[in-house]
Amino acid sequence: MELADIINPKNLVYEKPKLITSTTMHYCPGCSHGVVHNLVAEVIEDLGIQEKTIGVSPVGCAVFAYNYIDIDWQEAAHGRAPAVATGIARTNPDKVVFTYQGDGDLASIGAAEILHACNRGEDMVVIFVNNGIYGMTGGQMAPTTLLGQITATTPNGRDAGRNGYPLKITELIAQLPGTSYVTRQSVQTPGAIRKCKKAIAKAFQAAMDKKGTSFVEVVSTCNMNWKMTPVKANEWMVENMFPFYPPGDLKDGSKNDPLSYTPLKN
Amino acid sequence: MGELRLMKGNEVIAEAAIRCGCDGYFGYPITPQSEVMETLMDREPWNETGMVVLQAESEIASIHMVYGAAASGKKVLTSSSSPGISLMAEGISYLAGSELPCLIVNVQRGGPGLGTIQPSQADYFQSTKGGGHGDYRLIVLAPSSVQEMNDFVELGFKLAFKYRNPAMILSDGAIGQMMEKVVLADFIPRLTAEEIDQKYGSWATNGRKPNRKPNIITSLEMDSARMEANNIRFQEKYAKMEAEEVLFEEIQCEDAEYILVAFGSSSRICQKSVDIAREKGIKLGLLRPITLFPFPKKPIAALAKRVKGFLVVEMNAGQMIEDVQLAVRCDVPVVHFGRMGGIIPSPSEVVEALEQKLIGG
Ligand SMILES: Cc1ncc(C[n+]2csc(CCOP(=O)(O)OP(=O)(O)O)c2C)c(N)n1
Ligand code: SF4
Ligand SMILES: [Mg+2]
Repeated sequence: MELADIINPKNLVYEKPKLITSTTMHYCPGCSHGVVHNLVAEVIEDLGIQEKTIGVSPVGCAVFAYNYIDIDWQEAAHGRAPAVATGIARTNPDKVVFTYQGDGDLASIGAAEILHACNRGEDMVVIFVNNGIYGMTGGQMAPTTLLGQITATTPNGRDAGRNGYPLKITELIAQLPGTSYVTRQSVQTPGAIRKCKKAIAKAFQAAMDKKGTSFVEVVSTCNMNWKMTPVKANEWMVENMFPFYPPGDLKDGSKNDPLSYTPLKN
Repeated sequence: MGELRLMKGNEVIAEAAIRCGCDGYFGYPITPQSEVMETLMDREPWNETGMVVLQAESEIASIHMVYGAAASGKKVLTSSSSPGISLMAEGISYLAGSELPCLIVNVQRGGPGLGTIQPSQADYFQSTKGGGHGDYRLIVLAPSSVQEMNDFVELGFKLAFKYRNPAMILSDGAIGQMMEKVVLADFIPRLTAEEIDQKYGSWATNGRKPNRKPNIITSLEMDSARMEANNIRFQEKYAKMEAEEVLFEEIQCEDAEYILVAFGSSSRICQKSVDIAREKGIKLGLLRPITLFPFPKKPIAALAKRVKGFLVVEMNAGQMIEDVQLAVRCDVPVVHFGRMGGIIPSPSEVVEALEQKLIGG
């Protein structure tokens, strides 16, 4: 068989998602962000909601997400995407709103905004790309950086005494009555990618059904700042991040005890 | 004529917002302006006009909620007092950088720090010179009565949408808390989704339409040449405001030999000072800037050609005086009289200052 017989349009199983624009992505080769973008774009297309979806991009490597998915976008200040999304969702209840945020953006500078938006149960989706590091600014420690992990600001490894502990923010989010679906996914294999897409689709559906906030963490790699090849980075993630951030659903439907939230009678 | 009522300045902001067809309010409690949100929550406009009212977790969140709603073409406002406005500085800079219209009400209190809950005008620099990072300006309106608290809500929105720029009502605790009679505006309906699309569809993120490019609201531009072009465009916008939107009031300036310059609460005091001075035979007038940005440079420069001096009266250590000095260009003396810490000067104190610092000096 000739190479041209294999690389041939009729053999295509996957193609570029229709809503991914032709703008060249600025992500490093091997970065998880590009894969997650593709999944979000496919879900928006599958659900037929291109005309009513509004995305909110973060400050972080995904700041330019608005150049890559062909929908209306707003670019938020660092960490403020959940507040921006609240403003959109509250005044535009007919729209589908999502934020796309990194771990520094969501779990550090924007910790207050994400907790309160989720606690209010804003009808929106949060895509949380946790690569355990500040990718955009050159690989400094993030709140999610593992103990012992080397970064530009923890050159000898993160030390609990000096730097505190890695923050399992998704576990906190799952406690909040405003969230309906909280899950942790990854995109290092075709199987994981397919599962992650299903989770993102479910999250968007829940927001469209006005079930409150849906939250999808994607445990990710930053091969550039981890200073690894993409393949090695995936291995490192599975070996070191999965034990601390285990993939799987944390909350599916309303599991909070409604009795603890009975309002006072006036 | 509209409905006549006796109301607090802060309550009027809420009522005027509902009546002018506002789509939403986002805020966080702080004295002396909490009545704005309290009145809104009590009025429940979501039942009446569909206006959204939300108590946010902080002023940071409030202003970014305003950003999100404004960027989808909605008419939204927030209100706060000095320490809260400091927290909003980030969001205000982003709103200006993304060219978004909105209304911000600052019912000032004394500072720095937690300061005092009493009235002050110490946020003049913060409001008129930027406040947040980057080269930007707000349209700043300074009401001196409860009636103007009402009128400047619609005016602020009108200017904000005309220029796609945030507008601010710079009030203070005295006007926010004071009760006066006010003629309320008539109800204007909120814009429908179709009307928003017609008016603001060229930029608002109201959902990607098949017949247009995606609308993207951002203040980010990595290409220096394009960023400079953006900055130049902003500056042209501010220059146009300076040419077309200046508002001020002159009281007994025709024959005046000396001029008081004061805005907001101070200008109310100064009206009385003018009467006291005239009884003493001093020909005193008052120039009250209504827009603090754009600042009424020309009328002040014109007066400088024929009067003997200016006394700038502010409830701060001397902020607006810098703009008056720039307008006067050393033609005649410009001196300052201010009280701080939440103290409102008395009319006779102002006249004494005039006699000591300007006439006798
Ligand atoms: C107020 C503010 N502080 C700091 C920064 C600098 N900054 C830009 S991105 C970033 C961290 C991004 O990390 P993360 O959210 O994890 O996103 P990633 O790049 O890893 O996807 C920081 C600190 C900023 N832009 N604004
Ligand atoms: S720096 Fe890291 S997060 Fe950013 S694009 Fe490169 S690999 Fe991805
Ligand atoms: Mg990161």
